[in-house]
Amino acid sequence: MRARIAHIASNTFREAVRDRVLYNLIAFVLLLSGAAILVGQISIEIEKLVVINLGLTAVSLFGVVIAIFIGIGLVSKEIEKRTLYTVLSRPVQRWEFIIGKFFGLAGTLVVNAFFMAIGVFGALFYVSHKFVRADALILVALYFIVLEFLIICSLSLLFSSFSSPLLSAVFAFSLFVIGSFAEDLRNFAGMAHGLSRWLAMGAAYLVPNFSAFNVISSIAHEQPVAGQLVLHNTLYALFYAAMALSGAVLIFERRDLK
Amino acid sequence: MKHRTKISLIAGACLVLSLAASSLVLHRTDLLRPQATLDEVLFLNSPKLIKRASLGYDGLMACIYWTRAVQYFGSQYHHNTPNYNLLAPLLEITTHLDPHLTVAYDFGSSFLASRQYGAGEPERAIALMNYGIQNNPDDWRLYYDLGFIYYMELTDYKGAADAFDRGSRVPNAHPFVKILAAQMAQHAGEYQTARMLWSATYQTTKDKQIKENALEHLRALRVDEDVTHLQEAVTHFGERTGRLPASMTELIGSMGLPKVPVDPDGHPYKLTPEGRIEVRQPDDFSFATQGLPPGYKPIPKFHSQP
Amino acid sequence: MRKREIALIFPPTVKEMAAIEILGLEKTYKIGFWRKRPKRALLPLDLTVEDGEIFGFLGPNGAGKTTTLKLLMGLVFPTAGSARILGREWTDPSVKAQIGFLPEQPYFYDYLTAHELLEYYGQLSGVPAKQRTQRVDQVLHQVGLRDVQGLQLRKFSKGMLQRVGIGQAILHDPKLVFFDEPMSGLDPMGRREVRDLMEELKHQGKTVFFSTHILSDAEALCDRVAIIHKGELRGVGAVEDLTSSVQGKVEIVWQGTLVPAAIKAIGAECHVTGDRVRIIVEENQQDAVIDILRRERQRLIAVIPVRTSLEAYFVEKLRRAETTAGKTA
Repeated sequence: MRARIAHIASNTFREAVRDRVLYNLIAFVLLLSGAAILVGQISIEIEKLVVINLGLTAVSLFGVVIAIFIGIGLVSKEIEKRTLYTVLSRPVQRWEFIIGKFFGLAGTLVVNAFFMAIGVFGALFYVSHKFVRADALILVALYFIVLEFLIICSLSLLFSSFSSPLLSAVFAFSLFVIGSFAEDLRNFAGMAHGLSRWLAMGAAYLVPNFSAFNVISSIAHEQPVAGQLVLHNTLYALFYAAMALSGAVLIFERRDLK
Repeated sequence: MKHRTKISLIAGACLVLSLAASSLVLHRTDLLRPQATLDEVLFLNSPKLIKRASLGYDGLMACIYWTRAVQYFGSQYHHNTPNYNLLAPLLEITTHLDPHLTVAYDFGSSFLASRQYGAGEPERAIALMNYGIQNNPDDWRLYYDLGFIYYMELTDYKGAADAFDRGSRVPNAHPFVKILAAQMAQHAGEYQTARMLWSATYQTTKDKQIKENALEHLRALRVDEDVTHLQEAVTHFGERTGRLPASMTELIGSMGLPKVPVDPDGHPYKLTPEGRIEVRQPDDFSFATQGLPPGYKPIPKFHSQP
Repeated sequence: MRKREIALIFPPTVKEMAAIEILGLEKTYKIGFWRKRPKRALLPLDLTVEDGEIFGFLGPNGAGKTTTLKLLMGLVFPTAGSARILGREWTDPSVKAQIGFLPEQPYFYDYLTAHELLEYYGQLSGVPAKQRTQRVDQVLHQVGLRDVQGLQLRKFSKGMLQRVGIGQAILHDPKLVFFDEPMSGLDPMGRREVRDLMEELKHQGKTVFFSTHILSDAEALCDRVAIIHKGELRGVGAVEDLTSSVQGKVEIVWQGTLVPAAIKAIGAECHVTGDRVRIIVEENQQDAVIDILRRERQRLIAVIPVRTSLEAYFVEKLRRAETTAGKTA
């Protein structure tokens, strides 16, 4: 069972790599280098700030887009193109397929983020000409971004287990946007009454909450991140991803593959 | 083959021409709407709304708005009648997105409050500084910026002293903050105090525009001081001799100076027949209040070196 | 007790075990925006496929062949009914290790090579590593893709993809293989190869269940066929029986160009080609015609029984179904 999941995961990774997904890194590096060079001319005092903000924001955005599109491609494309039929005709359970896909996709994103991190540190070195201890905080921010990726991946898989590729992309992206407002949603729920309060509360806890994951601005100002926060975010990501994946498995197990 | 080559040539030519044409039209359109461009930028005027729209990427948005603020200000001071209406909103949005962006507060302190060469909104500037202090209570620079506004724009010396005092208590505060606090108490209205303030700003800022502005003021202060001093000497001369000095040479002789004092650019001051001390090139000293020909209004101009 | 229940309580002995037993398998889709409109893709189907035979599942496009296959594969869930594959419930996971499946117009991971694909599928099927390498090589050779095993699948032609598909279906040496339209899109060479392969599989003792709408292939290959139309089973039986159940005719050939008057009187069609005359008559008229020829001293060359093709049987069945439907409509 574990072996099959591992095989599916590594095959997914291989497919993503050969699909030239990792070429997005080229665009990323170009963007970052261009920005780093430009930034030096705009405002001397805050070049480092801009590079860190821009670099990490780019890692986050690129990664989210990739997480959505590959995540959706994985299941929808397989169904559409019928590669799935031959896989499932083997002693592979449907849930193993979903979980294997998830790990493959997660792995791809982690590798992607790794290379992007090198790019960010490179740009940082270019503008600052040295590293300070506080720069290690960038790794924390990157870790949180990777956790965000895992959540988005799991949502992509959830949606593609029942929806068309286009709709899945729209849903996943919408949840990403709503996820950044989730805090407001909870505040709103706190202020509302009756039915709307319950609905808002439900929605607020159901959608992914990304507010706590975005520490880009604070680490750009070299403010430390609490160890508690790291722990909490890790747990939240794990539980949320588990929730979305369970949903995906539930739906996928019952679905007619026409 | 020939047919395909023909089509390729036509398509290629079309591509180049339309690229050139579209670029040209774009350029013309830009000329049509310089102000409109920035107004669009501020279409979303509410800092809170923009923060929401940033989807959590506040830091980057703050940097973007900061860049816009700087470029906006820079482009405006080239105009004959500069209009800095949008500076306050831009800075407010920037700091709302990133409350820790100290340089934005510095910029506000230098350029938002001043009626003479800035946006002329001291109250808004003070509000901005207070917002900054609220979010960064340990940043001595913000107290300095606040004190600066009280002193320069509102001539509220007590307010200034208070701000500098609070700032001096912050851990790692720059020593001159404490000195300035003391100075406010005793010598508020003097040239020396003003010079200390502008020197402090000049030395501690890394922003190009703030630095240039401080430099101009230092130069102007020098001129004001010199001219006042020389003008006093003219009055004394008149009291003693009952007439105006015949020339600069006679004047400095009476003062016991070895040679004619020069302005920061190295040009000697001149004595007009009416007995006024004036600088040779008033245009080079935008912020001077003394030594200008009557009714003369200098245009702000910035120099890069002391 | 009904036959099905008996079969479940007293499972057949190994010798009698059918490869596939379909028991009342049915599928109705609910389509439309509110999923209200029912679409009957498969009416309750009862079918048995014996061990070691090549079984053809025939029908026009949209008849329900693919639906049946998907139901058996567990890709689609039945509205009612069940099936037994190799003596076990079709939902039993252990069944999957013993079967192979080639879907219609297969498509595989673009960026893998044929070798990598088979390796991957081998891993998923649980083929042990040592055996796997050998097996992959063997299969690649068998389907004639050894030369291009390093080429990425996105560069494969349709025929090559079909062969890869067959390869992955037989890789783990299953007892039973399911092919959905295995000849579709192949050129005559390719079709011949697939046919040969299926024969070979039968020789190895495997059971082959394949669906097609190309009757000539079925006629050439199958031991038994079933005909399905609009989701309903129309006929099942051995090819020989089906084709000979239709009225048999006989072709009689004699030398010369003369058609005796007596034969003309029978009213059968005569063809004169070169130095021979051909005539097709009913089986029961055969002796009469031969007598006439002997009397007229014509030189008899051949008496050949004409089998009505499967196609005719097929068309006949379908037309009858249409008219029945028309009558009941």
